[in-house]
Amino acid sequence: MVPGNAMGDNSKPLLEVRDLAVRVDGKAILRGLDLTVNAGEVHAIMGPNGSGKSTFAQVLAGREAFTVERGDVRYDGRDLLSLAPEERAREGVFLAFQYPVEIPGVSNVYLLKAAVNSVRKHRGLPELDAMEFLALIRARMKLMEMSDELLYRAVNEGFSGGEKKRNEILQMALLEPRLAILDETDSGLDIDALQVVSRGINALRSPERALILVTHYQRLLDHVVPDFVHVLSQGRIVKSGGKELAQELEQRGYGWIEAHAADDGVPAPEAGRP
Amino acid sequence: MEKGDMTAAATRLDDLIGGEYRHGFVTDVEADAIPHGLSEDVVRLISAKKNEPPFMLEWRLAAFRHWLTMTEPDWATVRHPPIDYQDIIYYSAPKSRANAPKSLDEVDPELLRVYEKLGVPLKEREMLAGVAVDAVFDSVSVGTTFKAKLAELGIIFCSFSEAVQEHPELVRRYLGSVVPYTDNFFAALNSAVFSDGSFCYIPRGVRCPMELSTYFRINAKDTGQFERTLIVAEEGAYVSYLEGCTAPMRDENQLHAAVVELVALDRARIKYSTVQNWYPGDKEGRGGIYNFVTKRGDCRGNDSRISWTQVETGSAITWKYPSCILRGDNSVGEFYSVALTNNYQQADTGTKMIHIGRNTKSTIVSKGISAGRGQNAYRGLVKILKSADGARNYSQCDSLLLGDRCGAHTFPYIEVKNATAKVEHEASTSRIGEDQLFYCRQRGLSAEDAVSMIVNGFCREVFKELPMEFAVEAQKLLGVSLEGSVG
Repeated sequence: MVPGNAMGDNSKPLLEVRDLAVRVDGKAILRGLDLTVNAGEVHAIMGPNGSGKSTFAQVLAGREAFTVERGDVRYDGRDLLSLAPEERAREGVFLAFQYPVEIPGVSNVYLLKAAVNSVRKHRGLPELDAMEFLALIRARMKLMEMSDELLYRAVNEGFSGGEKKRNEILQMALLEPRLAILDETDSGLDIDALQVVSRGINALRSPERALILVTHYQRLLDHVVPDFVHVLSQGRIVKSGGKELAQELEQRGYGWIEAHAADDGVPAPEAGRP
Repeated sequence: MEKGDMTAAATRLDDLIGGEYRHGFVTDVEADAIPHGLSEDVVRLISAKKNEPPFMLEWRLAAFRHWLTMTEPDWATVRHPPIDYQDIIYYSAPKSRANAPKSLDEVDPELLRVYEKLGVPLKEREMLAGVAVDAVFDSVSVGTTFKAKLAELGIIFCSFSEAVQEHPELVRRYLGSVVPYTDNFFAALNSAVFSDGSFCYIPRGVRCPMELSTYFRINAKDTGQFERTLIVAEEGAYVSYLEGCTAPMRDENQLHAAVVELVALDRARIKYSTVQNWYPGDKEGRGGIYNFVTKRGDCRGNDSRISWTQVETGSAITWKYPSCILRGDNSVGEFYSVALTNNYQQADTGTKMIHIGRNTKSTIVSKGISAGRGQNAYRGLVKILKSADGARNYSQCDSLLLGDRCGAHTFPYIEVKNATAKVEHEASTSRIGEDQLFYCRQRGLSAEDAVSMIVNGFCREVFKELPMEFAVEAQKLLGVSLEGSVG
């Protein structure tokens, strides 16, 4: 991809988060988070429960119940926080939900088609009709080892944990985002499902696309190997490193990092950028 | 009213009654010549204007005298200022075209925007908006060929006035046999003064080959505020009837009190679908139609079946309980309903299933949606009489709330007098979750499209009962009706 083309300027970071502070129900969850992500990179954000990982993922996607107190988020040079959730989605920001939502009476295929067409419309592409859409989706479903039957069931209703997560990655494959945030996509998956989901994610790695994997455990990272690993603790990134940091965390636990961060005073000097 | 006025009015009435009856309305009558208010004279005038046979006049007068003994019901969970029944004009000649808009340029742009969104064809937009156009609409010529085709099969489908002239014996046999004029306050009022409506008769063994729709009926306009519909399906006959229109209709009459009667003989089936979208009033709740309707079907024959499907999105107040009397053995009654209230709209709607025959079955699926400050009540009666061995009912009432200033209420009444009966009732109330909306928006849908999709999903069980084209329109309609209810 040539820098400065329609897909954006690759010489600039795709995502730049500066000093982001967020409250949820009056409680400070993020307290000055910094992160820079370039196109083509895969970042893992790890951290103990309650460290603010999911909040960060949802704030990037535009969840309105969360109050941004201060900070700046640039997406492809634009002020991301000023965009409505649907505008962010159409501009290529995708969130794979930790708990995908059930929508009774709405078939999965209907939502998927509406989503794909709203993004296509925004990009100035013609909307797909039912036949074109089915052709597009069938190929992607094969990759995710999903049966056709899941298309005609109500969105996420009665789906197993694994089916819900596969469905999220299927949506990502259809929408072809530039920045995908995967919130605990590995939770609740057995080994086989984890492999299928990982294969789906790896198939979407590309020089134009960045991925942020939010995860508690290292096991997803055995399958989807990140370029960078960050540790989030008490609303800040306290340590950043390469893929080996994840292994170290797996052996030594989060307590080690948190103690280390407390000694140094947070944030760690290299936070957000290894 | 002063005595002098009375005399003057009576003189004018005489003039009017003496006027020559042509087919349907007399066009040279001035509508404002008829006084406000209701009296025996007005009832006689209406009957005379319509050149009705004596049995009709007697029936109207009996209804009027009975109405005088009744009081307006107050049990519904709706609120409105008292209605002054003496301030209504009970006979309206064709609307004066002088004040009608001359072209769509003179029509409220907001109304035009809604037509645009619903995809209403241009010519129909003019008709719906009340534009004074003399051109013959396509639908009229379509209607004529259509009627000829039905006549070959012996099907009668015409305006009520025409039926009274051409088929008085059928009208006499069935009129009031399902909803007697003594039934309730509004039914009595309608019986006394109804202006016109539809009549439909399907002879023995005939399956009506097309959906009958008021849209195709000539004279469908100007039927006025007191409409009367009578549908009779003889042994083994089938008919699917569509009432209403998804596009919002302009109407100056605030009170609407219609009566619909359905009669199904042995093995007959009637499917009656309604989309009601009368003017609901403005965002502050001013204006808007009061829709007080009595709809009832009589499964008079064995193995007969009547299905009501309704999508109610309009009117300031809706008061409506399409019901089935399951008289024949093995007869089946069904009620599928979507009622939506937004802004200050109020709806008290539901059904009555009266099981009389053996092995009778009824199904009720009611979906209520409240948004803004809307109030939505389901009120339903399931009554199993002693004679109804093996009767069964299944009821499901779901409510969906958008926002925190609206209300949903469920009033199920169940009376069972036969120990072999099985009655099931399920109810749920849910709110469109912030998480559902966020999920859809994160996939690129606008908040409005997301709400529309979630609401349509909620209504799916009802929409699948509607004829295909109607279902598509109903879905669009819900989206338009919910505009501005989020964000």
